Amino acid sequence: MTSTNLWNVLRQISVNVCISVGMTLVVLMAGIDLSVGSILGLSAAICAGLLKGGLSFESLDLFIGFTVLGGIIAAMLVGMALGLFNGWVITKFSIPPFVATLAMLTIGRGLTMLYTKGIPISNLGPNFEFIGSGWFLGIPVPVWISLVMVLIVVFLTNKTTFGRYIYAIGGNEKAAFLSGININKVKLAVYGIAGVMAAVGGVLVTSRLNSAQPNAGMSYELDSIAAVVIGGTSLSGGVGTVTGTVIGAIIIGVLNNGLVLLDVSPFWQQVVKGIVILLAVIIDKMNQKNK
Amino acid sequence: MLEAVKISKEFPGVKVLNQVYFKFYPGKVNAILGENGAGKSTLLKILTGVYNEYDGEIKLNGETVTFSNIKEAQNAGIAIIHQELNLIPELSVTENLFLGREIITPLGLLDTNKMEAEAKIIFKKIQLNVTPKTLVQKLKVGEQQLIEIAKALLCNADVILMDEPTSALSDSEIENLHRIIRELKIEGKTIVYISHKMDELFRIAENYTVLRDGNTIDAGEMKNTTEQDLIRKMVGREVLIEKKNTATQFHSTILKVKDLNLINPVIKNRKILQDISFELKKGEILGVFGLMGAGRTELLETIFGMHPKTSDYQLEIDGKKAFHQTPKDSIENGLAFVTEDRKTEGLVLGMDISSNISLTTLPTFGILNNTKSKNSAKYYIEKLSIKTPSETQLCQNLSGGNQQKVVLAKWLVTNPKILILDEPTRGIDINAKNEIYNLIKELAANNMSIIVASSEIPEILALSDRILVMADGKLKDSFLAREATEDKLLKSALPE
Repeated sequence: MTSTNLWNVLRQISVNVCISVGMTLVVLMAGIDLSVGSILGLSAAICAGLLKGGLSFESLDLFIGFTVLGGIIAAMLVGMALGLFNGWVITKFSIPPFVATLAMLTIGRGLTMLYTKGIPISNLGPNFEFIGSGWFLGIPVPVWISLVMVLIVVFLTNKTTFGRYIYAIGGNEKAAFLSGININKVKLAVYGIAGVMAAVGGVLVTSRLNSAQPNAGMSYELDSIAAVVIGGTSLSGGVGTVTGTVIGAIIIGVLNNGLVLLDVSPFWQQVVKGIVILLAVIIDKMNQKNK
Repeated sequence: MLEAVKISKEFPGVKVLNQVYFKFYPGKVNAILGENGAGKSTLLKILTGVYNEYDGEIKLNGETVTFSNIKEAQNAGIAIIHQELNLIPELSVTENLFLGREIITPLGLLDTNKMEAEAKIIFKKIQLNVTPKTLVQKLKVGEQQLIEIAKALLCNADVILMDEPTSALSDSEIENLHRIIRELKIEGKTIVYISHKMDELFRIAENYTVLRDGNTIDAGEMKNTTEQDLIRKMVGREVLIEKKNTATQFHSTILKVKDLNLINPVIKNRKILQDISFELKKGEILGVFGLMGAGRTELLETIFGMHPKTSDYQLEIDGKKAFHQTPKDSIENGLAFVTEDRKTEGLVLGMDISSNISLTTLPTFGILNNTKSKNSAKYYIEKLSIKTPSETQLCQNLSGGNQQKVVLAKWLVTNPKILILDEPTRGIDINAKNEIYNLIKELAANNMSIIVASSEIPEILALSDRILVMADGKLKDSFLAREATEDKLLKSALPE
């Protein structure tokens, strides 16, 4: 493996890193978000659509063009809105996160198909392409971006009261509620952040390909949950770290790419990935018992 | 005849049954009496095969029997009807009746017709007017209880254990149950009946066995005893716990609760708490005593804002009107609530001491100040003598008493005006217990107002300046500490 090759592997992994750090917050709170792949798809499509065609209101004879930054912010707002909607459904109607986000998985994908009419939106300009394909100080830009996202979430979990409440809710929701914590507010914020992180992943994928694919992000939720679990976060909440998830994402990414380089059949790749996930969880369980 | 010879049962560190003996006779109703914690439930669990490690012997009709699970006890003819009914609401009465004992056709399929036919016969016998396909959730509590009795009859039980069978029944339902019990007696069944309701026992039971602190205190025939006598035997203690004997006058009122009602969220026309009004004075320790199911915990929870949708009440704190939608509201109004179960409601066990203590005081969004929370954790570790190597120890590694102290610290750090404690010393050792008693008294002496709910009379007497007694979701009595005695409290707490 050459160093360029290594960086390219990391470039690909950075998408899953962004999604997975958001997913970590959700899982720490004993929740789950199955909709991240669809949120990625829709926010990427809208970002590309706005960059390419802008917003035009014919009745008002108004046209708004979008700069790269404007497109990215729009994508993040879309991600946040969808994530907040997840959180709202979960807290307002006491619907299990699994079901609420499963619904969003379908809704998001359907909206993406409607928006793109099933056709990729391509040729988004060299400036936008730079985000996904460029280099900065000898390191791919997506790696920088995912690093910033990781640092933000590490800061949130370790240094803020919000982070402590995420752990407390995952550890014992009732005790947290009785301590006067506004549980709904925390949950809403966490699903919102997970949505934003998925949207950032969407921007990275789209800019690397210089094209928004209607099926972008399909089944990304699985790799993301796998990264969180391999990273040692307990699906029952309360225990885990963001750095663990980053390591999990790297393991998954290296497996995906390394097996390709070793010329392993893609069918075997899936089997191996599944076995690694199982092993990681079994080892984690055994460690817990020994404590 | 069901007979016990010197049954002893130990859990790590505690002897719950100590050479207990009894004789339960067929064709009779045999009552077991005892306070909470006397060992009644442990005894039932041994009789039904839930616990199978104990010393001593159980004899059924003269032969020693041992059961390693509930099924074996059932096969030997011992059935139990629990206080909380164990029926599946979504299934029909017949399906519930035959659960685990289904009749099957030669092909291995369910023989619904045969089961429904048998169900009809049994329902007729106990005069239960339901069709075999009726869903259990459509039945009243009393009818559900009859289904449990039908289950016992179905497995041909000779001994039927009933644990507080009338606690949720209306008067007419109780009458009906007693009629059926009398019929079962005539058939020669052995009925074992646990109840706190004295008048009921005198109506229905022939024999009694009194348990206290895991010992058989007395046994005999109901006709040779009185209510007074039984109560004395239930509470009489060799070690007398020091009673608080204050004559302190309290003047200013800090909390006023008026017309508090709480509706059962499932059965709308049933009230869990009814028309409760009381006041708490500044610096006072107010005890709330009641037997299991009296509504103590629910009263505290309602005041703390845990049942905003099913409760209504008028609340005044320090002269200001309040209604608590969430615990957060009540914390802001100066309340703190040390809940009954520290493991499920008090602590995040996987977090360290310092983080747990900080949970009550942090804003939702803000930067953590670890030094500050560590220092305050250190302060409380010192002040409450929490035994731990450091403030970063995980709470799951602490003993029960120390966990309880962390819960206390977590609330004291909010500097509350009113501290509410629910069973503050359940399951902790005597030393920690005394430390917590002293702490509570010290806090009150420093003008904190305190409500302590407990099902242990000695605890209530040791702490309270004034005692409220609850029964069946209502306030029954109020005693000043110097007037209160164990007998008076228990007598007042027994449901009518």
